[in-house]
Amino acid sequence: MKYKSVFDIIGPVMIGPSSSHTAGAARIGRAARNLFGREPKWADIHLYGSFAKTYKGHGTDVAIVGGILDYDTYDTRISSALETAKQKGIRVKFHEEEAHTDHPNTAKVRIGDDDGDLELVGISIGGGMAEIVELNGFELRLSGNHPAVLLIHNDRYGAIASVTSILAKHEINIGHMEVSRKEEGKRALMVIEVDQNLDDTILKELEQGDHILQVAKIVD
Amino acid sequence: MFRNVAELVELAESEGIQISEVMIRQEMEVKEKTREEVVGQMERNLDVMEKAVEDGLKGVRSHSGLTGGDAVLIQKYMQEKEPLSGPILMDAVSKAVATNEVNAAMGTICATPTAGSAGCVPGTLFAVKNKLNPTREQMVRYLFTSGAFGFVVANNASISGAAGGCQAEVGSAAGMAAAAIVEMAGGTPSQSAEAMAITLKNMLGLVCDPVAGLVEVPCVKRNAMGASNAVVAADMALAGVTSRIPCDEVIDAMYKIGQTMPVALRETAQGGLAATPTGRELEAKVYGISLKKE
Repeated sequence: MKYKSVFDIIGPVMIGPSSSHTAGAARIGRAARNLFGREPKWADIHLYGSFAKTYKGHGTDVAIVGGILDYDTYDTRISSALETAKQKGIRVKFHEEEAHTDHPNTAKVRIGDDDGDLELVGISIGGGMAEIVELNGFELRLSGNHPAVLLIHNDRYGAIASVTSILAKHEINIGHMEVSRKEEGKRALMVIEVDQNLDDTILKELEQGDHILQVAKIVD
Repeated sequence: MFRNVAELVELAESEGIQISEVMIRQEMEVKEKTREEVVGQMERNLDVMEKAVEDGLKGVRSHSGLTGGDAVLIQKYMQEKEPLSGPILMDAVSKAVATNEVNAAMGTICATPTAGSAGCVPGTLFAVKNKLNPTREQMVRYLFTSGAFGFVVANNASISGAAGGCQAEVGSAAGMAAAAIVEMAGGTPSQSAEAMAITLKNMLGLVCDPVAGLVEVPCVKRNAMGASNAVVAADMALAGVTSRIPCDEVIDAMYKIGQTMPVALRETAQGGLAATPTGRELEAKVYGISLKKE
């Protein structure tokens, strides 16, 4: 079940006009920002399907950039996000794509600065809910039925053990786990679906794990 | 956890509780929260809805200029004349319109279940309120009942116009509202399910064809009709009328219709009203471009 809470249905409280194209889009942008961990210097945003056709009318562009600026769906600063990004010197570029994607509301967000970059593909599934389906070229196969956490880490021994022992200590059971890397010894990615809720203290502890660079909860 | 409407109704009737209570208990369990936390969060959503209706009734206008001011017109008409369709129906319509006018003007709203369909649930709530005189707690329960039915639709079908057309948005919202009206009026859980089924049946096939891609034309008026559909269906269910097709099967039919709906009619602004000569003209005016393509 993709929707688990009544507040996924009655909610979110948001700035209009479209939950898929505004709130869901803002959440995709914010997921990228959270995973990147800091304000980027530039953003390249590719829009597909209904996003590509109607983003101007819905303010999808404004919303994604608002998310990249770390604004929540109800933050009224969203409406001036493009100007704010410009003032902050963030270079933003939009690309309307013709390619057909599995989901009609798909966005690929690349953000970065001098020290690194991140690429994320998100889909807005309706009512303001968003899912991350790809990160840095790695396809994420999440059921969406359980809380999930993403960890970007250095590809070194001990990283996985350190994470799993923290989870074990808090009596969190892992239901599904994937580890992937592009190049030996470089950046790697861990995706973990768990059976229990992860609170912020556990996430903070995971951030302190061996070789862990970034931690983000992607499904509640 | 209930997976469909049949299970939801069964849970409520076997325990002798309301649909809203089933939803509150499930939320407490899934999110590991107290009743006060769950109910408190819904109260804040109710406050947002109330504020949006108030703002809309004062009169707002969208940036494009395509929508705004109709809620005020309807309220004025109601003060001067008795509406043919009755005071509650027109009140619901004006408040649904008010909410969606605020949404179109980039105001703050609560998605129910989406922003484009945010008018049906609060529009009907604040209209039947004047007749049924509910407590604040009962008004919060109205939202949990709506949420319970929306929860089933979202998980078993879709609440996205891009995925399933307007039937998935305003159709779902109207059905949710109908079910909640029944509970507030003292109907049974199965009558709520009948009201949802009757409403959604009459919204099947509704396409998503926003002019210029904006959540304005025809979205605002579709919320008006969604709200009136909900009130009428609730009355029918309370009268004892049942749907020959069970609610879960209507939801499933809605899902399948959405899957076979052409892309041009699923929130791409390429078909339907968006592609009419006037629709195209308005689009050109909004974006300050000359008419080209096709």
